[in-house]
Amino acid sequence: MTAQADVGYHARAHARWHWGEIAFWICALACAFLFPSRYLIMTDVVRLALFALSLDLILGYAGIVSLGHAAFFGAGAYCAGLLALHGVVTEPVIALILSGLAAMALGFVTSFLVIRGVDLTRLMVTLGIALLLEALAERFSDITGGTDGLQGIEMAPILGLFAFDMFGKVGFFYCLAVLFLLFLLARRIVHSPFGLSLRAIRNNPLRAAAIGIPVNRRLIAIYAVAAFYAGIAGALFTQSTQLASLDVFSFERSADLMLVLVIGGTGYLYGGLIGAVVFRMLQEVFSTITPQYWQFWIGLVLVVIVLVGRQRLHRWVLWAPNLVLRQFAGRKADLVIPEGDAP
Amino acid sequence: MTSLFTNLFDGVAYGMLLFVLACGLAVTLGLMNFVNLAHGAFAMTGGYICAVLVNRLGWPFFAGLPLAFVGSALIGVVLERALYRHLYSRSHLDQVLFSIGLVFMSVAAVDYVMGSSRVFIKIPQALEGQIDFFGVGIGRYRLMIIVICGLLTAGLQLVLARTRFGSRLRAAVDDPRAASGLGINVPQVFAFTFAFGCGLAGLGGALSAEILGLDPYFPLKFMIYFLIVVTVGGSSSITGPFLASLLLGIGDVAGKYYVPKLGPFVIYTIMIVILIWRPSGLFGRSAAR
Repeated sequence: MTAQADVGYHARAHARWHWGEIAFWICALACAFLFPSRYLIMTDVVRLALFALSLDLILGYAGIVSLGHAAFFGAGAYCAGLLALHGVVTEPVIALILSGLAAMALGFVTSFLVIRGVDLTRLMVTLGIALLLEALAERFSDITGGTDGLQGIEMAPILGLFAFDMFGKVGFFYCLAVLFLLFLLARRIVHSPFGLSLRAIRNNPLRAAAIGIPVNRRLIAIYAVAAFYAGIAGALFTQSTQLASLDVFSFERSADLMLVLVIGGTGYLYGGLIGAVVFRMLQEVFSTITPQYWQFWIGLVLVVIVLVGRQRLHRWVLWAPNLVLRQFAGRKADLVIPEGDAP
Repeated sequence: MTSLFTNLFDGVAYGMLLFVLACGLAVTLGLMNFVNLAHGAFAMTGGYICAVLVNRLGWPFFAGLPLAFVGSALIGVVLERALYRHLYSRSHLDQVLFSIGLVFMSVAAVDYVMGSSRVFIKIPQALEGQIDFFGVGIGRYRLMIIVICGLLTAGLQLVLARTRFGSRLRAAVDDPRAASGLGINVPQVFAFTFAFGCGLAGLGGALSAEILGLDPYFPLKFMIYFLIVVTVGGSSSITGPFLASLLLGIGDVAGKYYVPKLGPFVIYTIMIVILIWRPSGLFGRSAAR
């Protein structure tokens, strides 16, 4: 077998749907029917999952560390809010796509700033861009509503058929559908030759350039795609909560997002989804213990995760499932979280 | 015209303060290559130590300042030995996550212990008000800050450039392996430097309560300022961060006074432009380490 065919074979083998993945999505859909009283929080989880998926695309696959991913979330959120508030585009799905495209444009423009420089510069520049947008949104309060945020957003029925209801049922299914579609797209992207080249860049940009991968162009492309995803997540936030306020840009949002991804693991797409579920559950538990000070426990979780080591932690978590799997399918069926976000 | 000088003076005081707050970070981030976003937490700790001593126990202000330094330095050295040193060789992502975690913990802990409202430290009568200097109003408190911070800066420069410890630190930073081969106890040097930087931050936090305001969200609010000082200033010497903090201080005060509509917009734009233009900082070495 030639090297090329070998690579192709393995790439295709990885791209095939694993039965575990199908089970995951069936579980997600089952949740909708199992917990009909908790639509609001589940919608929140789905939005967070989409947002985390967006960061995973650049952090887990391209190795870009970003501290200001909320910039695109906020751009999408305000865009969707403004479109609905002024009645420019009332249909939610079209508004959603437009907001995503707006965030994508922003991502494209800022990507030129981000791809330059090393990790530290990237951290600073992404953080700076998010802060800049927050300052702008506060300054132009006649457009954005300032600290009060955009209020009185009324959403038209989705596709003209399904109206948003009080309990958030329609909102939840809408968000879940969007997440699933975008997940399929992301899955296609990361298993394509384009996605493989991104991994090569993450592992070693210099070597990637040497084998003929246009490093900067690829990074710009994936950064814009990730911005699109984050923009959609932001637009979903506005559409399902009917509110957009300044905190969509906040640093805490970007930092929480990092935690979500760290809990779930990077570089295999499901990390963001699992992380979002675990993060929200942790947040719920902590808020019931100490309502005002749940941030302390979130911080503690972060510190412990880093000190223990992410890889070791994921091995511990997967120990029990793997033990069961081995009984049925032998050693080869072990679940492993691919780690590779070390710059 | 006089307002120009007053602004300039305020800007210099502000910049000096930022330098004292951030120069510990210049060492950890710039020299030891550790992204410590929790630096502001040490400053906040110092501020609160001083506030408790002065307001509740009735200590004089000038006795509270050294204790703010000592308290933060002690906490710094304990954390460095217990936690930070395990992360020196980790990726930047791990360091960022770890220090964000510390920031969240410190914010919530201080909120729990001290309450979420802004804290003021009682300053002595002699420091209140202004002196009229050739028609230019000069705040006494700010004058004191300039004096203290100026002395500290000169002292730091001397220590780094002239003393045995300074040359050990520079050697340890340039090449830790070769330095330890020469018999320099590198971890000890790093721990001491880290603690000293934390102490300076604590002192800065105590001094800044009057000007920047002290509340549990201090580490988050000023994190970006500290990072700007270090990344814009570069890491080759402490002169770079010093000039950067003066620029930042003057720019911020002037920006808020002359173009209040734009607010912090000016500072962030300048930072991004400088980082794009010179990724290793205005006064940094050209090669990224």
